[in-house]
Amino acid sequence: MGFKNYILVCGGTGCESSRSDQIYHSLIDEAQAQGVSDQVQVIKTGCFGFCEQGPIVKILPEDSFYVQVKPEDAKELIAEHVIKGREVTRLLYNKAPRKAYEEVEDIKFYQKQLRIVLRNCGSIDPENIDEYIAADGYKALEKVLFEMKPDDVIEELKTAGLRGRGGAGFPTWMKWNFTKQAEGDEKYVVCNADEGDPGAYMDRSTLEGDPHSVLEAMTICGHTIGAHHGYIYIRAEYPLAIHRLEVAMKQAREYGLLGKDILGSGFDYDIEIRLGAGAFVCGEETALLQSIEGHRGMPQPRPPFPAVKVLWGKPTVINNVETWANVAQIINKGGAWFASIGTADSHGTKVFALTGKICNSGLVEVPMGTTLREIVYDIGGGIAHGKRFKAVQTGGPSGGVITEENLDTPIDFGGLQKIGSMMGSGGMIVMDEDDCIVDVAKFYLNFTVDESCGKCAPCRIGGKSLCNILEKITQGKGEESDIQQIQQIAHAMRIGSLCALGQTAPNPVLSSLRYFPEEYQAHIHDKKCPSGKCKKLISYEINPSKCIGCTACSRKCPVGAISGEVKKPHRINGNVCIKCGVCKETCKFGAIEIH
Amino acid sequence: MAQNIFSDELNAFISEWKGKPGNLIMILHRVQEEFGYVSREAAEEVSKQLGIPMASIWGVLTFYHFFKLNKPGKYNIQVCLGTACYLKGGDMIVEELGKEIGVEVGGLTEDGKFSLEAVRCVGCCGLAPVMTISGEVFGKVTKDQIHGILDKFA
Repeated sequence: MGFKNYILVCGGTGCESSRSDQIYHSLIDEAQAQGVSDQVQVIKTGCFGFCEQGPIVKILPEDSFYVQVKPEDAKELIAEHVIKGREVTRLLYNKAPRKAYEEVEDIKFYQKQLRIVLRNCGSIDPENIDEYIAADGYKALEKVLFEMKPDDVIEELKTAGLRGRGGAGFPTWMKWNFTKQAEGDEKYVVCNADEGDPGAYMDRSTLEGDPHSVLEAMTICGHTIGAHHGYIYIRAEYPLAIHRLEVAMKQAREYGLLGKDILGSGFDYDIEIRLGAGAFVCGEETALLQSIEGHRGMPQPRPPFPAVKVLWGKPTVINNVETWANVAQIINKGGAWFASIGTADSHGTKVFALTGKICNSGLVEVPMGTTLREIVYDIGGGIAHGKRFKAVQTGGPSGGVITEENLDTPIDFGGLQKIGSMMGSGGMIVMDEDDCIVDVAKFYLNFTVDESCGKCAPCRIGGKSLCNILEKITQGKGEESDIQQIQQIAHAMRIGSLCALGQTAPNPVLSSLRYFPEEYQAHIHDKKCPSGKCKKLISYEINPSKCIGCTACSRKCPVGAISGEVKKPHRINGNVCIKCGVCKETCKFGAIEIH
Repeated sequence: MAQNIFSDELNAFISEWKGKPGNLIMILHRVQEEFGYVSREAAEEVSKQLGIPMASIWGVLTFYHFFKLNKPGKYNIQVCLGTACYLKGGDMIVEELGKEIGVEVGGLTEDGKFSLEAVRCVGCCGLAPVMTISGEVFGKVTKDQIHGILDKFA
């Protein structure tokens, strides 16, 4: 039996944090109370991507896109939309009757996106295998088991030109092929879901919204390379994703899609979850495998490469979540289809977590070759609060900054590398004029220093030394020779570190030095922080021509540094001021300036 | 009846995992789930049951950020310091919280009520800056909201 309306409620971590679970239950309760529970089906889906506007509720078949919904709104949604067939205008994205945009796709945030990896996120119930199957799920596995030879699968991936989405961009078919050809009675398949880049959540959202797409792909790989066992290594910090994976694995076993004799093909294959425990370095393949084995996650020298010999000494294919999520689509639609999307260098799409000082924070998936300008301005809606764009950081703590002049660079693996950054796993952090580039570089370095496993000296000592220099610069104690020293240490780290964590750790500093040399000079020479972030280098002053003497700031000042008579300009005592900025936030007249 | 400081369920979990390769981290997760942290005593019990030297267990525990060696407060406060939250003032939230409850990051209030932790990315960057108290998420937090938020846990 069909329903009159299907109500999709976003069940991603972002929206759940804004009480979407309560909305889900309120909608069910209201439908019951108003006597229409036989007419509507309420479904909790994965992430819609438009996190800025969450929690999101979409009602089908009208495709009404409701944003910032509260549990209290459930009553009105059922009474108006479901029963009377009238949209609740005040909750619609553009708050207007739907003329301006007829379909969700017409919302600017979605216009330039193409969803392959996130195809099912926000449209199916991730805890119901039937919905995945209805969306062509497990069709690719069936094709691989009964119609294709293992070499055909590898050939299809080769035609597709799929490259690893974890950051390095290594061709996926080659990894599979190496492992397939490697000698060994036992082989393993591993999914790297240890998403460690702070400010990135592509993999988490994929697993929360469409866990079967990863299970299906891992099973396809197992059959192709001759493995019978897979592991998903996932951050313990992702409880919802872990739960959805567990549910998905259980359902897949019940349907004969995992376990013994899959679909009667005689092929045995099963998957286990292994929890990470908060170590960024475990995103590095060899460290991750150490961690699965239950050890400290220390990277190992390569060769031997994982494809030949690693997990318990056996050949292992290891791919990132987003890479896996592409595989079934490639098998279904063909490698040529996939290769037709994107640029010559990089095929397909890439998912980014667009965050920072941007109007529309969220999860976006775009074809390779889309420019950063399109992502920041068309999809992201530009910089929040009318501020000026400063830079975008891609590649997280291993990447670099991209400035205005390079915003028209088409995004692909080679293009980003050329301008001193990298694709990385998909974090995309937007900075505005208030962000100090030296401070941000320091932030990333602090992160990598904290996460360095300490095994090799260039990373352990080099990172700390770089950090100390940056600290000195932001304290106003920088010297001319510091820049040269930064470059020397960075060079040593790049060539001397064992793994990518150490080799790429200097990137944020080097790229910000390359694009913002004047900002480093301002800190070092003039002892000034142009964006007013480095507290040691700024002072707060009251502009007497703007101050009307309302005393609001002096009442808020926690240390009593502001004095003056009522209705006369006030003054800040610089010796007492702790530079907390409360006065500036309080002043309605813009009289408080940073110098 | 449990023979040791672990619950029957935890002992059963350990026996189930005992024979599997690479079981240590999974077992330590389960221990932390039961106690909220992994005490030295608990680690010694794991060492005894698995036959893994204490040095190896301690090595793993101290390597991974997720494992806590000290008992958290009744309410554990986590402030996100992922990049998005940092840019939007997460560090100021930490500072303000520290002032309010009188402890530094990693600390526990004397009455054992609050512990304060800085974490990497809670995963809802659209809500930056974000803090959580015992799992409840607070998004787009401003400095002057903090007092009120803490009062809810009085």
